[in-house]
Amino acid sequence: MRTISLVLLLSLFMPIALAETPEERGLAIAREADRRDQGWGDSSASMAMILRNSQGDESHRQLRVRNLEVEGDGDKTLTIFDEPLDVKGTALLTFSHKTGPDDQWLYLPSLARVKRISSRNKSGPFMGSEFAYEDISSDEVEKYTYRYLRDEVYEGMDCFVMERYPVDPHSGYTRQLVWIDQAEYRPQQVIFYDRKDALLKTLRFRDYRQYLDQYWRADRFLMENHQTGKSTELHWSDQQFRQGLTDRDFDQNSLRRAR
Amino acid sequence: MAGVVTRVKATWLMAVMLAWGGLAPAQGQWSGQLATEARLFAASPAHPGQGAGSLSLALQPEYYHSWDEGRQSFLFAPFLRLDSRDAERSHGDIRELTWIRASRDWELRLGIRKVFWGVTESQHLVDILNQTDLVENPDGEDKLGQPMVNLALVREWGTLDLFLLPGFRERTFPGIEGRLRPALVVDTEQAVYESAREERRIDAALRWSHYIGPWDLGLSHFHGTSREPRLLPGVDGDGKPVLVPRYDVIHQTGLALQRIAGDWLWKLELIRRSGQGDTFTAAVGGFEYTLVGLRESVMDLGLLLEYSFDDRKDAAPNPFENDLFLGTRWVFNDVDGTEILAGLFLDLDHHGRLYNLEASRRIGNAWRLSAELRVWQAFPVTDPLHAFQADDHLLVELARYF
Repeated sequence: MRTISLVLLLSLFMPIALAETPEERGLAIAREADRRDQGWGDSSASMAMILRNSQGDESHRQLRVRNLEVEGDGDKTLTIFDEPLDVKGTALLTFSHKTGPDDQWLYLPSLARVKRISSRNKSGPFMGSEFAYEDISSDEVEKYTYRYLRDEVYEGMDCFVMERYPVDPHSGYTRQLVWIDQAEYRPQQVIFYDRKDALLKTLRFRDYRQYLDQYWRADRFLMENHQTGKSTELHWSDQQFRQGLTDRDFDQNSLRRAR
Repeated sequence: MAGVVTRVKATWLMAVMLAWGGLAPAQGQWSGQLATEARLFAASPAHPGQGAGSLSLALQPEYYHSWDEGRQSFLFAPFLRLDSRDAERSHGDIRELTWIRASRDWELRLGIRKVFWGVTESQHLVDILNQTDLVENPDGEDKLGQPMVNLALVREWGTLDLFLLPGFRERTFPGIEGRLRPALVVDTEQAVYESAREERRIDAALRWSHYIGPWDLGLSHFHGTSREPRLLPGVDGDGKPVLVPRYDVIHQTGLALQRIAGDWLWKLELIRRSGQGDTFTAAVGGFEYTLVGLRESVMDLGLLLEYSFDDRKDAAPNPFENDLFLGTRWVFNDVDGTEILAGLFLDLDHHGRLYNLEASRRIGNAWRLSAELRVWQAFPVTDPLHAFQADDHLLVELARYF
């Protein structure tokens, strides 16, 4: 019923909206989701990863992530690895960009060395998990083109279902199917198709929490690889916003200090 | 350990301890590693006194504490190795004993630290502040902690690091029982200095570093006692011939340059050094190209090529005067973090070859198993690497992290 009333409303007051192509509608949804998530400034959080292979064997990762919102460009991210213990103290600094490759530096504490690394490995696994670097990097509107498909109820929520196509030719995906809830414009599920357009992975977002009365963050990300039977769970905790982080907390000097 | 403690400037130790004790509520965390290592040599020793292999144990705990919302931190990392064979290799060091105060446009770093400058893989020309802990590994990647006062000015135009370096650290060399040494033992007790203040000379350095889009740049100058000694013939107390390290006072200007272009990393290091014989220029440059997702797998394969040059030619005390390094780096991107680095150093003048294979993987959450294989071939007597030809070896290390 709600969908019908929405359509009625749209036809009465926004006749232009009905003339939208599916591509325009998809882009409009992505822009709205992006608009609603603007202005958070800086954030930090802890992340636990649980990796499971097809036999159910588990291994664990523990890391901390700091983010800085950058106006007009992608976010800056500092990731500090706590576990496994042999990589403790390793840190990764990423300047993501709306277009073009990201800038990345890795700090290796045993050599006290900062290494510039190629961000072309975005399709590669992040710490041996089922998450690729591109799955956890900053979500920018410009990184995809879009096509709205349909409205659908998912897990009891009215959702938009759309397809998005990575702009970067080095992405590991041809397309992704995305479920976004209509109430808060939060991604609820993403299905990934590999370079051969075969079903690859499903990502589900669970336990959303709202911060600063505006910004939604899911406590749990569940990624399942349909081709290998492996899965990875991310559990977020200690989410904090607007702690006054600046560009100085995201440079090579702070990368060396991070532990 | 006693020798180590006396070598470390007690005043710095005190200053850092006081700063830490006075400002920090003592609530940091301990971590670290304990590693056992076995070295197996393919051939019998070339020099009398040496053994067939060795076992050793290394402990490196680390205490870290940060406070003042991360603006201040304290790090303490002592190191101790016990070697079954070589008394010189059984040694201790303070790798880090540092207090850092960071502000918006500067950072003050005080104490014993490790600082790395450089971009290339096959050798590190520009990197000069820390002394090489050569008994640890002949590849020279291990460093001794260096006492320093380091003020970093962090500005729009980059970072300017100013260093004062009190307390020179002598290079460590394998002892008479140790493998991987020249035919003559290096007698560190007889070390001679150009500076009348010997190891108490205060050295100085500065470095500007910045990144501009795909470029990373570092320009540095060092004035002080060379970390690399010249090895001169001498005799020990018993009248036996030995090598005596001589530490000259040098000026060294260094440039490190790196450009990233997609899957390509282009690298160059260039130095000019005066004060150690004739002024000379040395360079190393090349690339690392990464094949991401090799053959539809999740594995990455890196291809490395670097060329080294030294205008002292064969008179250069290091083996990289006209040499090529070819390497492949296999990164499996698996749960166990498996990595293999296979490299070949090729002397273009005399056709000497050094094969180097390094592999490692994690076991569970807290263990890591690594192996190194090194083989030296066809180095002429005039080459510094000739001495290692009887020392082809396999090193296996199992480390427990905590």
